[in-house]
Amino acid sequence: MIEAQDLHFTYPNGVEALKGISLTIHDGEFVAIMGENGAGKTTLVKHFNGLLKPTLGKVLVDGVETTKVSVASLARKVGFVFQNPDHQLFSETVEEEIAFALKNFGFSADIIEKRVTWALNLLGLTQYRRTSPFMLSGGERKRVALASVLAWDPTILILDEPTIGQDYQQKEKLRQFILQLKAQGKTIVMVTHDVEFVAECNPRVLLMRGGKIVADGEARKVLTNPEILEHASIVPPQIAQIFIQLSELNLDFPKDVIDVYEAREILLKTLGRRNQ
Amino acid sequence: MPLIETKNLTYTYPGATKPSIIDVSIKIEKGEFALITGPSGCGKTTLCRCFNGLIPHFYQGELKGEITVAGLKIQEHPTYELAAHVGLVFQNPENQLFALSVEKDVAFGLENLGVPREEIRKKVDWALKLTGIYELRERTPTELSGGQQQRVAIASVLAMQPEVIVLDEPTSFLDPLGAKKIFEVIYDLNRKLGITIVLVEHRLDLTAKYANHIIIMDNGKVILDGEPHEILNSDEARLVGVGIPKATRLYQILQNDGIKFGGKVPLSSEEMAEKVKEALKR
Repeated sequence: MIEAQDLHFTYPNGVEALKGISLTIHDGEFVAIMGENGAGKTTLVKHFNGLLKPTLGKVLVDGVETTKVSVASLARKVGFVFQNPDHQLFSETVEEEIAFALKNFGFSADIIEKRVTWALNLLGLTQYRRTSPFMLSGGERKRVALASVLAWDPTILILDEPTIGQDYQQKEKLRQFILQLKAQGKTIVMVTHDVEFVAECNPRVLLMRGGKIVADGEARKVLTNPEILEHASIVPPQIAQIFIQLSELNLDFPKDVIDVYEAREILLKTLGRRNQ
Repeated sequence: MPLIETKNLTYTYPGATKPSIIDVSIKIEKGEFALITGPSGCGKTTLCRCFNGLIPHFYQGELKGEITVAGLKIQEHPTYELAAHVGLVFQNPENQLFALSVEKDVAFGLENLGVPREEIRKKVDWALKLTGIYELRERTPTELSGGQQQRVAIASVLAMQPEVIVLDEPTSFLDPLGAKKIFEVIYDLNRKLGITIVLVEHRLDLTAKYANHIIIMDNGKVILDGEPHEILNSDEARLVGVGIPKATRLYQILQNDGIKFGGKVPLSSEEMAEKVKEALKR
């Protein structure tokens, strides 16, 4: 469980990035943090693994304040996958990259071998086992970064912009994969701008603006509220946009549609009747 | 003559065992808004690196076939010469920015071409305003957010007013409203100034509506090439796994259910809402 209590954070240069955040993320929850550039999303999640410490207020992970434990011991519990994989990758081969943290955590050689093989396979990287990460495409490097964190099996996973540079099929795999991790009881916190991806996952959405949380709820409720979204520089997903444009017809369509198949059911009822 | 033309273009990176692009023959006409898409690793970025001569001049490797950009065979002209015709905006702005202030970064290309000072000032201000970063002009690019940095990279290319701007997933780091504004800026440059746009993008929900030409690649080859409404409505496009816009998907599903719509397949929410409204009137 992650708890923030009246969390404030000011960078050394005086920029006040977080201005009083209070929230609870329960075990097994899937949360998307959205909002405009500079809203404080990445600053907030960097508090969850102790990379940043509050200027004021508290952050607790499983009941323990992040100021009372080392980043290294928090890392076992909280895996952080950075937005830019190049900030994370440095080894000569993909295999060494994934093994690196496992070695640091002191796992035995045979467990490391097993975990590396498992992670490579999971993310479709087996063919690149002995390739340099820097020979890979941006999307592939992102998957290496994710594999290297998943390899040590953290209970809380923080993904900063995981869909950047990923194609549609990989996003679909990532979605399945997140749902699978969620089913295993893992907590997933994802920072993202990708409204269509969020619409397909329907997680809890925390919407940030100017260092504060301005909305907190199910994706289908938050992503269909044009006033709140515009305030936070988010554009509604395409299906929601269609229904916003159809609302002028006063046909009593539901106001929280973000899914293609749900949209189909609703339109089929209305259009089907007229087509006959 | 097309602005960009390739004939049987095949390229292998140094040390690679197989080519990254294979037998690519495409034409991009002056004034087009061309969208290049396909699964990651399909060769999109490699193809774009040929458009401004980064391949073969910087990356070396083995380039076979023909490629001309703005009438120039790229093998025969150095990158600085090609840079006056083709502007390239990368996926990750950090790889592109280096100056101590935003305006110096944006002015850099023009200074190198020996453009007079007053003209540099004018062009830089114009590009800064268009990309919405005029207020940031005295800041250091490295202390800006990812989204702001990408706007600086786009402004640097815009300032050169090239004939074609090639953008490789330029809005990945921008918030959705910021991304939409950038696409609208690019679209405006295309429509009002006639600058040819080549955009590499996975997210067709956001971009398909701007394009009048789409090229889909898979495993280094061009597999579909044509008008976006036709291409994106094809079974092949769906099967190769490019993300068909949700509005298009909804239209296809309802048509399969027996709902009749007239005219072109929609690519945006506006077009789909119109279709539904028309169908309700009947």
